[in-house]
Amino acid sequence: MQHVDSRGSNRFEVTEDLTIPKLFYQKAVQYGESRVAMREKEFGIWRPISWHDYFENVKYIALGLVSLGLKDGDKVSMIGDNRPEGLWAEMAALCAGGVGVWLFQDCLIEEVRYIVDHSDTRFLFGEGQEEVDKALSIFDECPKLEKIIWDDPKGMRNYHQDCLISLRELQDLGRDLDKRQPHLFEELVQKGHGDEVALLFYTSGTTSLPKGALLSHNNMLTMGKHLMDVDPCESSDDYVSYLPFAWIGEQMMSISCGLQVGYTINFPEEPETAQENIREIGPHVMFAPPRMYEQMTRSVQVKYLDATWIKRKFYEFSHAVGYRVADMKFAKQKVPWHWKLLEWLAYISVQKKLKDHLGLSRVRNAYTGGAAMGPDHFRFFHSMGVNLKQIYGQTEVAGISVVHRSGDIKFDTVGKPIPGTEIKITAEGEIITRSSSVFLGYYKNPEATKKALRDGWLHSDDKGFIDDDGHLVVFDRTKDVFTLNDGSLFSPQYLETRLKFSPYIKDAWVIGHQKPYITAVMCIDYAVVGKWADEKKLNYTGYPELSQMAEVYDLVETQIRKANEDLPEAARVHKFTNLYKELDPDDDELTRTRKLRRAFVEKRYKEILDALYADVDTVHIDTTITYEDGRVSKINTDLCIRKVVD
Amino acid sequence: MALSGEQSEAEVLLELKDIDMRFGKVNALAGVSLKIRKGEIHSVIGPNGAGKTVMMNCINGLYRPQKGDVFFKGQRINHLRPYQRAGLGMARTFQKVEVFGGMTVLDNIRLGRHVHFKSGVLSGAWYMGKTKREEIEHRQFIEEEIIDLLEIEQIRNKPVGMLPYGLQKRVELGRALALEPDLLILDEPLAGLNLEEVEDMARFILDINEEERWRVTCLLVEHDMGVVMDLSDRIFVLNFGNMIMDGTPEEVQNNPEVIKAYLGEEELYATRG
Repeated sequence: MQHVDSRGSNRFEVTEDLTIPKLFYQKAVQYGESRVAMREKEFGIWRPISWHDYFENVKYIALGLVSLGLKDGDKVSMIGDNRPEGLWAEMAALCAGGVGVWLFQDCLIEEVRYIVDHSDTRFLFGEGQEEVDKALSIFDECPKLEKIIWDDPKGMRNYHQDCLISLRELQDLGRDLDKRQPHLFEELVQKGHGDEVALLFYTSGTTSLPKGALLSHNNMLTMGKHLMDVDPCESSDDYVSYLPFAWIGEQMMSISCGLQVGYTINFPEEPETAQENIREIGPHVMFAPPRMYEQMTRSVQVKYLDATWIKRKFYEFSHAVGYRVADMKFAKQKVPWHWKLLEWLAYISVQKKLKDHLGLSRVRNAYTGGAAMGPDHFRFFHSMGVNLKQIYGQTEVAGISVVHRSGDIKFDTVGKPIPGTEIKITAEGEIITRSSSVFLGYYKNPEATKKALRDGWLHSDDKGFIDDDGHLVVFDRTKDVFTLNDGSLFSPQYLETRLKFSPYIKDAWVIGHQKPYITAVMCIDYAVVGKWADEKKLNYTGYPELSQMAEVYDLVETQIRKANEDLPEAARVHKFTNLYKELDPDDDELTRTRKLRRAFVEKRYKEILDALYADVDTVHIDTTITYEDGRVSKINTDLCIRKVVD
Repeated sequence: MALSGEQSEAEVLLELKDIDMRFGKVNALAGVSLKIRKGEIHSVIGPNGAGKTVMMNCINGLYRPQKGDVFFKGQRINHLRPYQRAGLGMARTFQKVEVFGGMTVLDNIRLGRHVHFKSGVLSGAWYMGKTKREEIEHRQFIEEEIIDLLEIEQIRNKPVGMLPYGLQKRVELGRALALEPDLLILDEPLAGLNLEEVEDMARFILDINEEERWRVTCLLVEHDMGVVMDLSDRIFVLNFGNMIMDGTPEEVQNNPEVIKAYLGEEELYATRG
């Protein structure tokens, strides 16, 4: 166990008066030119940005906003990829007394309109042409929106609307203001108080329209401090910021923790190069939703299938040793010397390289949260010697509230509460939380606030229990827990993550609440199954056709049988069908953080659902698909229904 | 063809005068004349076998026409070889991509930069001083201008042969741009691309033509009428080696002869997607 208290390395205190801007100011003065605050890969080269540069940029953006008329508490929205300018804009908004609102970069126009309008946004930071186009198309419908700020000039040569202003022009306005009132920025920064609203964060909402959670400076800072108490980071650490800023986990790492520790935040060149860039940086700490780890697992599994005989044998050896040693550690047994030797051999021969390729060479702590992760993936990473930990949290506690401790990891739990956090289970089995990070309430939604916040306790709507070791075990959302035909309770996510451990399966949707048996709708991984089909010399034109081939059904059935193994009879998948498309947030089937919206898909694919419980072999589908730019196309196809033979 | 006053005054970058090109008894080009002015996107359309690619080959020097003259920047270039014409500022892409499959994207693009290298073989062999400095400058140009423009950061170190067709076409365009040409000949840049790739490519062509940094004059051979009508300043219509007309997209669309010869059914006007 690594307890900070004993090491005493985390002496940082969050006073009631402390705000994010004040902390930013302190750090910028402390580090100045001497330290790299962030790095961005641009034009093929990693370019450092010192704390001094960071400070100067934020200062002039903040003053620019003030000269545009920003008042205390005004909302400033941001949309775009992870890049320094995004973080500058957020920090500047906070310094100027505004409230930051982040939108996912792939939000559809309707979602952008809803959030911008609902949050009363006055200023919107977009990255380039794409975001500006989105913002312009909703400009007339959002009367409070005044200015749209952009920073990437590419393709912007023909845009001359009055509501547009470039980041550079904005900073020039700030510089002018600074000349006239040289102390204004410092006054603005020193003005704030910890209880004031810092961020308005829209939750992804598996069930309904997004709700805006109000988070104070104190919420964010105490959250970060409590996590750092458990797993301290060093100011010399590197962190790669590539997940959407609109996800609270990214805010937690870049702002809450990043600012107090002062580690370097690295921004990838493009979203497509993120994996490569992570490898180049080799971060010390990582926080990603399960899908990122699932993707890594899949790429290892696929490469293994492709490798030569000798490489496969080496991999199998290191894999077997890794699993064995990891299991001993999970069981808190002492690892005997001969296993240590084998582990070293496995490390030298395979794991070292493997970890390097995944960018995990230097990772001290890797966290996963936001959705359920299967034990198979979990063991996979520990077998490579990666210290992967589950966390549990939500936007409403500004990040996380529960985390695994090093050396005390159980893969069916999410660990123990972080310092300063109380977790209780109500009589109904609901998980409730109390801490200084619990949010202030939902914006313009007193009803939801009343439901979520009762007597200072945050009601999560998640079910769970605390086990004998004091670890929290989380079931799914209350309404996502199945009652099987034999009356037992069952979590569909558990089965889904098991199914997803197969490299051929990208997504799975398990059905079976109060049904005679369990069924599943499967989405194959197009790249992996496509390659498999190429090797088998099967011809296909695209995803819809590939997914419906008999051979692919055989393949998927084999994967399901593997997942079914050692499950009780009632919890096994009996029938399945391959969906003609991948599940997609643009079609509202997943949230932006890729959680399945069960109620929605049940309604949308009612025909499929019915067919899975009827005595039929195929089901006819007639539906539409929406693209990111709003175009729609029709789908007309037959899906096969397959029984899983044991 | 009557030209509007403004356009006829603009500087003529490339001129073909009365070009004849025969292959045995086949008359691929018969008395074709064309003027391309600085800064425009000039398209050449025509049915298959109309002689479009032959015309491009005559311009960049792969073919020597039997009759007629080619002028580039006011200079008669009939006698110049393709690489000499490239040195004057003329670059092209091909209907079927002609990239070096075994080399990386970066190397392919670097190759296009070769004409601008000044240091000699010996200095290059030692790779010191001048050569090194020169290469760093060129590297900056390639990375900052071309790779960023064409959005191919994620594949810069991949061998081109392993890339999908759409990306290979982009690489080829990148290599042509590395020349920093004044005239860019694009031979069916959109052929074989899917809808999304077509949109991207059309955007790149516009960027290259309009962005202050580039301002490259484009000669575009293309079958996709929607894109041709949207992008072009002028369109040149060719049929069996003969020019039918040369005019603005509007004039071309309304010309009955063009409709009969090439466009045919009205549906062909319909833009894609």
